[in-house]
Amino acid sequence: MTLLIAVLSGFLLAPFAPVIHRALGRFSGWLIAVLPASLAALFLLLAGRGEGVVVESHAWMPGLGANLDLRLDGLSLLMATLIAGIGAAIFVYAGGYLAGHRHLGRIYAYLLMFMGSMLGVVLADNLIVLFVFWELTSVSSYLLIGFEHADAKARKSALQALLVTGLGGLAILAGALLLGSAAGEMRISQLSLHREAIREGGLYVPIVLLLVFGAFTKSAQFPFHFWLPSAMAAPTPVSAYLHSSTMVKAGIYLLARLTPALGDTALWNGLLTWFGAATMVVGAWLAFRQTVMKLILAYSTVSALGTIVMALGVGTTYAVEAAMVFLLAHAFYKGALFMVAGAIDHETGEKDVTRVGGLRRSMPLLAGAGVLAALSMAGVPPLFGFIAKELTIKAALPDAGVGREGYALAGVVVVSAALGVAAALRVGVAPFFGVKRETKREAHEPPASLLLGPGVLALLGLGAAVLPGALATPLVEPAASAALGGPAQPQVALWHGLNLALALSAGALALGVALFRGQWAIVGLAEPASRPLDAIGPSRLYEHGLAALLGFADAQTRVLQSGSLRRYAFITFGVIVLAVGATFVLRRPLDALPDIGDARPYEIGLVLLILVGAWFTAVARNRLAAIAGLGLVGYGIAIMFVLFGAPDLALTQVCIETLAVVLLVLVFYMLPDFRSFSTRPQKVRDVLVALAGGAAMAGLVLVVADHQPDMTVSDYYAANSYGLAHGRNVVNVILVDFRALDTLGEIVVLVVAAVGVYALMKLDPTTREGASAGGERGGEG
Amino acid sequence: MNSTILRTATRYLLPLLLVFSIVVMLQGHNKPGGGFIGGLIGAAGFALHGMAFGPRATRTALRADLVVVMALGLAFALVAGSLALASGQPFLSGLWVSVPFPGFGEVKVGTPLVFDIGVYFVVIGVVMTIVLSLLEENA
Repeated sequence: MTLLIAVLSGFLLAPFAPVIHRALGRFSGWLIAVLPASLAALFLLLAGRGEGVVVESHAWMPGLGANLDLRLDGLSLLMATLIAGIGAAIFVYAGGYLAGHRHLGRIYAYLLMFMGSMLGVVLADNLIVLFVFWELTSVSSYLLIGFEHADAKARKSALQALLVTGLGGLAILAGALLLGSAAGEMRISQLSLHREAIREGGLYVPIVLLLVFGAFTKSAQFPFHFWLPSAMAAPTPVSAYLHSSTMVKAGIYLLARLTPALGDTALWNGLLTWFGAATMVVGAWLAFRQTVMKLILAYSTVSALGTIVMALGVGTTYAVEAAMVFLLAHAFYKGALFMVAGAIDHETGEKDVTRVGGLRRSMPLLAGAGVLAALSMAGVPPLFGFIAKELTIKAALPDAGVGREGYALAGVVVVSAALGVAAALRVGVAPFFGVKRETKREAHEPPASLLLGPGVLALLGLGAAVLPGALATPLVEPAASAALGGPAQPQVALWHGLNLALALSAGALALGVALFRGQWAIVGLAEPASRPLDAIGPSRLYEHGLAALLGFADAQTRVLQSGSLRRYAFITFGVIVLAVGATFVLRRPLDALPDIGDARPYEIGLVLLILVGAWFTAVARNRLAAIAGLGLVGYGIAIMFVLFGAPDLALTQVCIETLAVVLLVLVFYMLPDFRSFSTRPQKVRDVLVALAGGAAMAGLVLVVADHQPDMTVSDYYAANSYGLAHGRNVVNVILVDFRALDTLGEIVVLVVAAVGVYALMKLDPTTREGASAGGERGGEG
Repeated sequence: MNSTILRTATRYLLPLLLVFSIVVMLQGHNKPGGGFIGGLIGAAGFALHGMAFGPRATRTALRADLVVVMALGLAFALVAGSLALASGQPFLSGLWVSVPFPGFGEVKVGTPLVFDIGVYFVVIGVVMTIVLSLLEENA
């Protein structure tokens, strides 16, 4: 139960977050942070016991092979600890950052939901459960990005993130189902036992393509990276949490999780290595071009995610270890830098790096956190980022598992790292040094709530490097061995001796400092070349694709939903006539007219009555007469039901007919006079369609009468109506018991329809005055 | 419509129709009827009232906001279904208890009846929303 409660606790607390906030005011963030903090402690405690793997299974939908299987192993532990630990810092930070915001309580609720979803993703041991939580992270991310929903840009960005990651989610679902059927197993931890079956089942390629696609969209890999910078429309606590340290790592988590089952093939390694490398360098360059702090950080996050994916793609033991170390290091420094950038914005009102400088005097503590985190990102010893960078370079270099292309890969890593150094200095160091600049608000040290998160994370980046045995290895080693499906011994140490990787790391640092100094000159030179690239970038493709989709929806709506009742009727009956007619021509079900027995005189009389009603409706010269004619048809059919032993149907028909007459009278009352707009050919056409429609329906009825349907289901209902459901009226028993779910769906549809009618009648701006004069709502008496 | 005959008739017809609608709803499990038909009959009664006295008077006579009526109906149906969940059976399974009823002997009461009451309310709420919206448009 422990893991299940851990996953659900966020969802359970979420509805109460606004209440807690209302009760506690400015200290609410600190209190809510207690939940994630204790969850982080819980995970560490659980992992510390015994073999460090906790497994739970709860029945959920056993018939569908979807059980709530949860599992905490090394990889889950790394992710879950990050999610809960950074989450605790984020709640405190959000309380300070959004202090006084009208909807602070609401963002706590969204963040709690997100945390629960994310824990679900990393603790799920069942493909379906993983998918469900995966989708929940997309949904809660949508709510968080669109938090400032009055802002059109925030809404657009939220939708973009939802569509891109939602598309990926569909691919994950398809991939997970294929994988589950190929392996004959939905438990993720058992998949690697079936790796041969998966590989040889013929579905390996689609499985990999679908799952990698889904993971790439979530982890913002090129060419799906564009949603992440747009997502910066979210408040900074959200960016720091979702878009640097947790949600964007869900894709990486999935790839690492599936490596034992799917990895180690040319397809897998090639896809991950080269898309990862492309993302790494594209992201680094785009970060280099930016001046808005959050965008620099967003693009450099894209770059870092690419680095991790590339390392997973290289796939050697060493590279997977490097990926895990890098993941942890990045979570520390990037989370800290986002919170620093947010704090600068909060205290000075400036978001652009070119508009701030010399802030160290007015905010020394924040400057300390920013510089420490930035140096870690730049890969300066003795910080954790230095270790991560050296390991990553070494992982790319030619080795037992990497061929000569390793030199090219290492080169790309070094260039990206150098660009990353420049970005790190620009965001984390430059604002605090140099000439003091005038800012929108007088700069001063932010409150404790804004300092705690960045401070702790920046210090962790130092501590993990100085005391790796205490702070880094216990998390990284089990994670790497889980991702490898075998033992791992990451060499988390500051000093590995003099070697090529160390030299390249130092080279990247030096190159990065040079790039930082010449940044604006280089960007200015490159601008003419990058502008045409922007025009064909994936973000434009997304916009064009979305516009095309909406355009298509618009066009086909205009054709099909003309708003003309006659046209609807024409299309509907035309299709029926064509479809039924074609079947009659092809299958000839009615070669001989079936024997329907002798008609009794009163039955013939009734039919004649109905025919007269129909004729009268068609030729009536005013609406009331037409309605009366239609009513005659309807009541005639009701009597028919009575004659043939269907009293329930007859009762319903009478009621419906009565109300229909009332409704028609009310509607027609509003219409202009009855006039004929049809030309003669149109009338002929309409008559033909009507007659053909009638003939098709009559033919269908005859076929049904002639046909002996399978009565198994009907017989079952009739036989068990009283025994099982205690009712003698089979029709009603079917409605409220045997098929109650259908009925439930139908009454929901009815209510939705009523809401629609209400909206049409009451909310139309042209009639609003009339409606309010007629009494807006009941209940006033 | 300002008709004395219609108004007078409605005064007597509406209660009759409502009682009839409830009877039809309750007897539905064993004889023709049920929540859907009962709801339609009840709605027909209120529609008659609306035409005789005008939509505003009908909204007053209904006493409850129609949105509440519809929500109540859905809630009845959902609760009826969820009771089975609470007792460990699939959603919407019928549960029955026998209640001694003086003069009638044992009367069986089950969640399908609760469900049907939900249908009854939904149908009344939906039909009356449409009818009254249209009536107010004409007013």
